Amino acid sequence: MGLTGLDIFKLTPRKNCKECGFPTCMAFAMKVASGAVEIEKCPYISDEAKAKLSEATAPPMKTIKIGAGDNEKALGGETVLFRHEKTFVNRPLFAVQFDDQMADDELARKADNIKKVDYERIGEQMHAELVAVKYTDNKDRYLEIVKQLKDLNKTFVLVCDDAAVAADAVALVKETKPVLVGANADNLEDMVKLAKDNGIVLGLSAAGIEDLYALTEKAQGLDYKELVLNTTGENIAKTFEKTIEVRRTALEGKDRTFGYPSIVFVNELAKGDAYMQTALAATFILKYGSIIVLEDIEYANALPLFALRQNIYTDPQKPMRVEPKVYEFANPDAESPVLLTVDFALTYFVVSGEIERAKVPAYLAVPDAGGLSVLTSWAAGKLGASVIRDMIKNSGLEEKLTRKRLVLPGKVAVLKGDVEEELPGWEIIVGPEEAMQIPKFLRELD
Amino acid sequence: MAYTKVAKKYSGKINEVTLGTGDKAITIGGRNVLPLHHFDGEVGNPPKVGLEITDIVPEDWNDALKDLYSDVIGDAAKWAKYVEDNYAPDFICLHFVGASPDGANKSVEECVEVAKQVADAITTPLVVAGSKNDEKDGELFAAVAEALQGKNILILAAKEENYKTVGAAGALAYQQKVAAESSVDINLAKQLNILMTQLGVKEEDIVMHLGSAAAGYGFEYLSSTMDRVILAALGQNDTTLQMPIITPVAFDTWGVKEAVASETDEPEWGNAEERGIHLEVATAAACLVSGADAVIVRHPKSLQTVKNFIEGLLQ
Ligand code: SF4
Repeated sequence: MGLTGLDIFKLTPRKNCKECGFPTCMAFAMKVASGAVEIEKCPYISDEAKAKLSEATAPPMKTIKIGAGDNEKALGGETVLFRHEKTFVNRPLFAVQFDDQMADDELARKADNIKKVDYERIGEQMHAELVAVKYTDNKDRYLEIVKQLKDLNKTFVLVCDDAAVAADAVALVKETKPVLVGANADNLEDMVKLAKDNGIVLGLSAAGIEDLYALTEKAQGLDYKELVLNTTGENIAKTFEKTIEVRRTALEGKDRTFGYPSIVFVNELAKGDAYMQTALAATFILKYGSIIVLEDIEYANALPLFALRQNIYTDPQKPMRVEPKVYEFANPDAESPVLLTVDFALTYFVVSGEIERAKVPAYLAVPDAGGLSVLTSWAAGKLGASVIRDMIKNSGLEEKLTRKRLVLPGKVAVLKGDVEEELPGWEIIVGPEEAMQIPKFLRELD
Repeated sequence: MAYTKVAKKYSGKINEVTLGTGDKAITIGGRNVLPLHHFDGEVGNPPKVGLEITDIVPEDWNDALKDLYSDVIGDAAKWAKYVEDNYAPDFICLHFVGASPDGANKSVEECVEVAKQVADAITTPLVVAGSKNDEKDGELFAAVAEALQGKNILILAAKEENYKTVGAAGALAYQQKVAAESSVDINLAKQLNILMTQLGVKEEDIVMHLGSAAAGYGFEYLSSTMDRVILAALGQNDTTLQMPIITPVAFDTWGVKEAVASETDEPEWGNAEERGIHLEVATAAACLVSGADAVIVRHPKSLQTVKNFIEGLLQ
């Protein structure tokens, strides 16, 4: 990405006046290219050259904001095709789609599902962030539905290729910063104007990849860059190709014409098959969907999709950790057992889920184990008897408990003797090896 | 400016491995492009989907599945035949959960008997999976490989702890295919493949099992390991990583809370069977897109969905 030192050198006046603090323009240019110095340090660089530079160093994919207030979300802004190369940054958002042919009961049922599916998973609130409303041919009904769905307090995706209808719909919800998906080769100018006038993001649709490219160029030509690209194709294979090609062209081909977030209507591709819809949504979580449109949302499809999204969009450089402390379950008292695990989020999540499932009062002591799994942290010396002792001593549990029982993860049963020595007065119990066995274990613990 | 496609040409290619015999034999691998990237070049053999059955009645399975199979679940051979006739999976995975020393602890002889009956009952390619006890599995696989000589089965899997027994008996003595199982780490995968080939196992007899995870349970590690393995295999032509990949999705997905919790425990969540299927297809799709050439699922509806999914992606 960006310009080389030589490219930047050509933008300097080549006076070697040293005012920038470097002996020569070339030395300065090399530093700018490496990102160590701002181009502004040279007072003689023209505005034109600065613009050129900022254009060249702009990220290959634009970050687009949609939604207002607490609902504001960023889309796009990705820099890599594979998450291990760096990280994926802006998680895809899910939309549930309605249309103007829907009967009231169907509409109410779906709206109710959206309200119901709203839960927390490892510190993240999971819910469909968007509602899509598609226009087919009934304008009054369309507008009525948009109005009704405002109560859900979600960001709208208005799917409408009739500029006049779209204008009325946008007027109803423009303060929520919706996305308007429906610009095509026939209506582009009207749609761009509508989006521009209302300051909202515009979605572009075209049949083939080349058509989409040409349309995007045209929109940019109309000086509009708040765009998302509808990469849905005529079938599953074409959609997969189009979505990947768009992202790849932007990131590898360094062609910013395709440097926009995507929207994929997996609901259309699945043709009423809910399982297929889940398979496709999972696919586009991994492969470059930015907005994924579903027919409906229920816990059955939400649980795996949100969980998968959470996994794929974690930063590979930072293992997810939970705060080291004592967690409480089902109002534990002075007699309740203390379980021990590590601060690696995945481990904590599984273990705490199982303790919850057991519905038995218990404490869960989580020492600072470097954010590693039980065995890894033990092997790395971060989960030894002294770490456990310090954790327990500093936790205040000794004062609180009349019956002191500490349950070690079964995988580090070898620590039992050492921990017994370090914690006199405690009964050290070896717990199960697998989290799945915790409920049974806890229920049977006297 | 006109649109220019970013050309993707790789020097490496995923090996082809054939399982089973006769008309129903299947071949996986053979592509020189990223998974399912039909638009880039030679996409090879479409990924294959297998259905899991077990040697003994699987007490911990979802009740709806146990009901579905109630007539055949007590007899693995009948079960296999039923699955072959009704669901036509690309292969059947016979999972020896009963061999576990922590469980039913069936003897190797008993297991071999079951394996023979199953193999005789079907013409669909067979994959045998073990009990997670490395020592027992080593013995079990060696005996099963011998008993089913000529059937060209896949043994799932040889690990660092038992690859010598499994590799020597399975692939060398009895010419079966062997999966090399590592735990979600490109270097461990590579090392085991090298150890296996040093033992004399031919590359075209090895499939990789890179580990598995349900969506939501560290799936990012699996997905990124697959990405890295495939980029090395294709981009750097690393022949020690060009084996096709099999992922037993069923083994993980049906064991996590989202699939296990009863409707009484989680009333909001709804029917557990439904949740299990959604989790299974989401995980299977994510594996296939990341690079699995074969996946094993448990629910017939998952099988059907994933088959349609693959067909849809390659149409
Ligand atoms: S201030 Fe500008 S012109 Fe002067 S030496 Fe530095 S780069 Fe060259």
